[in-house]
Amino acid sequence: MSIAFKPEETFRGDYSYRNSDAAVLRFPFPFPEDRYMYSVNIEPHVRSGPSDVFLRPFDVDEHYIAECRDKAITLERDPGRCQVLPHMMMAQWDTLELLMENLSADYPEQFSLIKEGDDFGSRWTWINRPLGIEQSFIFGNPETLPCEPFEYITRQAQGDFAICDQRDDNLFMDAGMVTSQADWSLEFDVGMSFMEWHGPVPLAHQTGVFERALKYLLMLRLGQPVRRLNWTMSINPRLDTSPESYPEWGPDRASVTPANAGQKVHLRVELQTLWRLPRSNAILFPIRCYLASLEDLARVPKWGARLHRVLSSLPPQLVEYKGLTRYLPAALEWLAQHDDGRELPVGTEPGITTLGPR
Amino acid sequence: MIGETLTLKVAAASAISPSLRHLRLVAADGGKLPPAAAGAHLQLVLNGAARTHRNAYSLISRPGARDAYEIIVRRVPSSRGGSAFIHEQLKVGDVLEAGWPGNLFAPVRTARRHLMIAGGIGITPFLSYLADFAFGGADYALHLCCREDEQHVFDPWLAGKSGVNVHWDADGRRLDIPALLAAQPVGTHLYVCGPAAMNDEVLELAAAAGWPASHVHCEHFGSALSGGEAFHAFLAKSGIEVSVGEDESLLEAIERIGVKAPCLCRGGACGVCVTPLLDGEAEHRDHYLSAAEREAGRLILPCVSRARSGRLVLDL
Repeated sequence: MSIAFKPEETFRGDYSYRNSDAAVLRFPFPFPEDRYMYSVNIEPHVRSGPSDVFLRPFDVDEHYIAECRDKAITLERDPGRCQVLPHMMMAQWDTLELLMENLSADYPEQFSLIKEGDDFGSRWTWINRPLGIEQSFIFGNPETLPCEPFEYITRQAQGDFAICDQRDDNLFMDAGMVTSQADWSLEFDVGMSFMEWHGPVPLAHQTGVFERALKYLLMLRLGQPVRRLNWTMSINPRLDTSPESYPEWGPDRASVTPANAGQKVHLRVELQTLWRLPRSNAILFPIRCYLASLEDLARVPKWGARLHRVLSSLPPQLVEYKGLTRYLPAALEWLAQHDDGRELPVGTEPGITTLGPR
Repeated sequence: MIGETLTLKVAAASAISPSLRHLRLVAADGGKLPPAAAGAHLQLVLNGAARTHRNAYSLISRPGARDAYEIIVRRVPSSRGGSAFIHEQLKVGDVLEAGWPGNLFAPVRTARRHLMIAGGIGITPFLSYLADFAFGGADYALHLCCREDEQHVFDPWLAGKSGVNVHWDADGRRLDIPALLAAQPVGTHLYVCGPAAMNDEVLELAAAAGWPASHVHCEHFGSALSGGEAFHAFLAKSGIEVSVGEDESLLEAIERIGVKAPCLCRGGACGVCVTPLLDGEAEHRDHYLSAAEREAGRLILPCVSRARSGRLVLDL
């Protein structure tokens, strides 16, 4: 499968990131109904779903090269975005193996993995054609890679990654590569337990969502990954919306007007998957971020109207927690023109196969 | 690396003692197996004479092995049939179904030291621990308590390993558990796997010696097993009676007869499959219903829960 990468696009400065028509149509729109509330919306991560992004366990799209470059810029400025506690080396190799095996199997034009054996101590050669990388190394020996294995492979993957160690009937965020997060800090959360790092989430604790989710995840099985979608909104197509860089993007929230909301306001959807890792028994938590402007989304009539309804009826605590307070009225005013009040079918599918002209 | 079931072929089988049989299992299609962790187990589907058994056995192969899985099976005199089947009927070349490896007994990676106490065949999970610790350079000690005539049975897997001590019931050879527990440095994690009486004794002694529960671990296979007693369910809306086998879930039985039931996680957490229970008493195994809802007995999650009485009536 060939992918028309857009290597020059940017996620900062002039924000030249744009979605092709195909990228809009495969956007993982997260709202099946006109209202949104937290739930344990976890399902098996099978190779199918309402969007093409579910067809492969680790989705690679037209933004791959540009996203990896943006990640490198963020890491250069703040190396603390990648942290791994010392007891997580086995989980680092698990992550490297999982990503290399899946990417090379699902995208053979782009990635190859040549193994002389499967065990630790075997020589492996990894070829990443989009990024122009060929690396020979000894599986299990970190000194044969330019950096530790988790950082090495997640620098070459879209999205963020956390690894949760399982012990004491709990999960601990003991490793992470976090450069495209929705305003949370790995520096702050690293080493925290499941309830601790979810502490700030409003409303969901009271309904027992996290107790149920934790019990479920503790039983997560090898070979049976699960997924859920989460969402928030961002001003400009910016991946690095971290607390650490808040001064660079926070003020943009004050720049939104009803006239520019269509271009400036982006729906930010996270495809979160959870994988039991084979050797370490830890859980890998990849968080793959997709960005689409309101203008992009409104080209799909069902999505424009539904987003208007979801945002209009969002509980105020969620508006505040997701950081939408300042610009939500402008976004709603812009979206209102795309909502004629007709009944919308349940489900997240776009309902069309081609987009009209912009 | 996505999948649920494996088709395995017996590549080698040998008696390592009169009651212990070692099996080497490979992928029947000649392909690679999923790697597994220290402490992992394999659930085998054993088609015995009377019925199908699903027995779980610790993997003793090195963690991450993809060429073969190895297990050791003790012939249990009171066997429900699974171990008897393996000892009497299974032969090289036979094909078996298995689930992907699971793990309810992984080593704690933050431990400063790992202290393992094994009773006889209970050593099996620790054989994979030893290979893992050798890779990570962890500090550990293994104490195996066994019959005197079995002291060399596990030598092939212990050869060259330091920190291994073998004990049996003779003066000067018995394991002094209280002394052992008292001598451990702070930060040690204790793992015990053996006969129930031995497990209980070690756990009690550790508690009495002031070990925090978070640092004491005991292998338990029970919760790895799904299924249970067979029972019947009547789907009131559909007007269909369905029998639920001991190896399938209520949800699977409902799906098998073609009745559509909503579901999502299939693990008792999301609540999507929650179904009104019109009659019968449920054995609730989910994480979703509140204590009050269980008490009321009017709801059930068919993906994990079963019947306590013989028959359930569902509003489906």
